[in-house]
Amino acid sequence: MNIVVCVKQVPDTTDVRIDPETNSLIREGVESILNPFDENGVEAALQLREQHGGKVTVITMGPPQAEAILRHALAMGADEVYLVCDRAIRGSDTLATSYTLAKAIEYLGEFDLVICGKQAIDGDTAQVGPGVAERLGIPQVSLAIALEVEGRKLRARRLLDDASETVEVRLPALVTVVKQINEPRHPPMKGVLKAKKAQIPVLDAETLELDPKLTGFAGSPTFVWKIFTPPRRARGQIIEGEPEEAAKELAQKILGLNVISIS
Amino acid sequence: MTRILNLDNHDARPPDAPPGEEVCLSGGCWADRRGLSPIVFDLNEDQQAILDAVREFCDDELVPKAEATDAAGVWPAENVAKLGELDLMGITVPEEYGGLGMDHITWTLVAEELSRACTTTGAAFGAHILCVEPIRLFGTDEQKKKYLTRLAKGECVGAFGLTEPGAGSDAGAVQTRAEPDGDDYVLNGTKIFITNAGEAEIYVIIANIDIERGPRGMTAFIVEKGTPGFEFGKNEKKMGFGSLPNRELIFTDCRVPKENILGRERRGFRVALETLGMGRIGMGIGAVGVARAAFEAALPYTKQRHQFGKPISSFQLVQAMLADMATQIEAARLLCLKAAYLKDMGRPFEKEAAMAKVYASEVAAFVTSKAVQCLGGYGYTKDFPVERYMREAKLFEIVEGTSEIQRLVIANLLLKEGS
Ligand SMILES: Cc1cc2nc3c(=O)[nH]c(=O)nc-3n(C[C@H](O)[C@H](O)[C@H](O)COP(=O)(O)OP(=O)(O)OC[C@H]3O[C@@H](n4cnc5c(N)ncnc54)[C@H](O)[C@@H]3O)c2cc1C
Repeated sequence: MNIVVCVKQVPDTTDVRIDPETNSLIREGVESILNPFDENGVEAALQLREQHGGKVTVITMGPPQAEAILRHALAMGADEVYLVCDRAIRGSDTLATSYTLAKAIEYLGEFDLVICGKQAIDGDTAQVGPGVAERLGIPQVSLAIALEVEGRKLRARRLLDDASETVEVRLPALVTVVKQINEPRHPPMKGVLKAKKAQIPVLDAETLELDPKLTGFAGSPTFVWKIFTPPRRARGQIIEGEPEEAAKELAQKILGLNVISIS
Repeated sequence: MTRILNLDNHDARPPDAPPGEEVCLSGGCWADRRGLSPIVFDLNEDQQAILDAVREFCDDELVPKAEATDAAGVWPAENVAKLGELDLMGITVPEEYGGLGMDHITWTLVAEELSRACTTTGAAFGAHILCVEPIRLFGTDEQKKKYLTRLAKGECVGAFGLTEPGAGSDAGAVQTRAEPDGDDYVLNGTKIFITNAGEAEIYVIIANIDIERGPRGMTAFIVEKGTPGFEFGKNEKKMGFGSLPNRELIFTDCRVPKENILGRERRGFRVALETLGMGRIGMGIGAVGVARAAFEAALPYTKQRHQFGKPISSFQLVQAMLADMATQIEAARLLCLKAAYLKDMGRPFEKEAAMAKVYASEVAAFVTSKAVQCLGGYGYTKDFPVERYMREAKLFEIVEGTSEIQRLVIANLLLKEGS
């Protein structure tokens, strides 16, 4: 089976700092890594290839230095990697990114499955995976914790808040994966040496025949008004006393806020 | 701590240097005519990439469970399997036999990391390489295809059996007999202390086809686990490395086909010496790994522990301990890398390997003892790993030729050189 994995380079920190002037992420002095959820995606793809044969292609859209994460994917065992890189796609928001990645996937030819991480740890939107599926017009399963392929059917278990649900879709499809799905492998040394020497092919806007209105700044309707670290939530009020009394007091307080009404 | 001596650095040649300005020195070292030093203390790109990847693996997978690995008292099968998946079990084996085809500098760097991260896994790896190396050096193409490939891919583990109850330091006194019988040799005798015994599938065994002639009769054989007449005896209870098997190998009328002779008949002593030559670098760098683990435990502790209202690292006598520890570790590592370099260059390295082994093992004994000292009473408890490192370090002064034997080897070679 042909699997395409979409990956992103992100700053190696869960404590992302934001420049209040420009409303953008501060990247200086922060090491860049393969987005952890995407690493799970690469691992999931490699495991499916080990079971069913086929090819794993890993793509990223980003600046030239993003090729480092493609080398990591190659070292892990990916068959092919592509860097989608062009001035014209700079400033893409999640909508434009989804469009651009979908065009790249279509350009690469026949595929059975697209895997994305649940979300990138820098922007945390979780929109690109589903967006790519929409653009490609294929079914999507988000938050997968287990994948099983049987013929043209994909069975995926989804991680929900307090439960999991198993869904079945026809291939080709797109899944986004959570970190509990697997433990990404450490790259074997032969992979490390191979990846170091590899030429990373670049796909530009012209090759992908991107519509300039749909990618880059022009294709990005998102307007960032402000990015900020939300203040820590204050400790909630605790109503002490006997349960019945406390419940009454609580009900009164809520009613007093005018957020619910009793008819 | 991580500065490396590497005299074999192809990448040292500046890529844009005009061709007339540089000269290639022996061993692929590049220098320009203006007298740039040919000694390069940097790694080439491949070596660095492998070192980085191995460090990451060690920190993620070996370090967190190193205590548990030692406490378990069972062979760390999972760790060793991982080394196979990472292509490390055949690090020096040519690619045509499924190996990684790297040099001995890289092997040395990797062995240090493994030993630092998990001494037990490092030692199991070391003993495996003692089986890989003689087959790599002396094996026929068939033997390499049959055995080296499986060892290199990590499909099976190797071991090396030389020591016997009556043949320790006196390795030439091997009494395990190998008698020709048709297309086979029949082995009878007992080996002792053999690392990886029972877990390994493939054994390089030093036997003797002509006991009367001593070392001149010694012959190396490849013996597979499961061969009838080949059994494992008791596992030694040791002061350290409790999860590492050191067992007897018992041969009773064990038939080994003639094609399993490694090298030639009567050349077993040479096979043993070549193997131990590399093994000594391995033991030296293994000792460096233990020393580093101890130092890396001691240094942060001295900054956190307060006495007399100050961190103990502010006391000059504690600082002197730290300085001595770090200096000796650095010197020991450089000796090991120098010996590995000579081996890569195909030059004699026996003396340097013996120097590296004796020095590094004594450094490990010193450094681990000082690490306990830095931690005071807490260092003497089992709540910290330094007491274990101290017990483990002692092994390196004994195994694969005691410190006394190394000194004899070094002195012998010095006196020969002088005459
Ligand atoms: C944990 C462990 C793992 C081992 N793994 C292996 C293995 O995988 N394969 C293998 O083949 N062997 C292995 N060995 C054996 C090891 O190599 C021997 O123990 C070592 O070579 C010393 O031999 P011995 O124990 O017989 O000591 P002895 O030779 O009895 O030495 C006792 C003391 O006498 C000194 N001495 C002996 N002769 C002289 C001399 N001529 N001049 C000065 N002093 C002398 C020694 O230095 C030492 O201090 C292992 C041993 C241990 C403890």
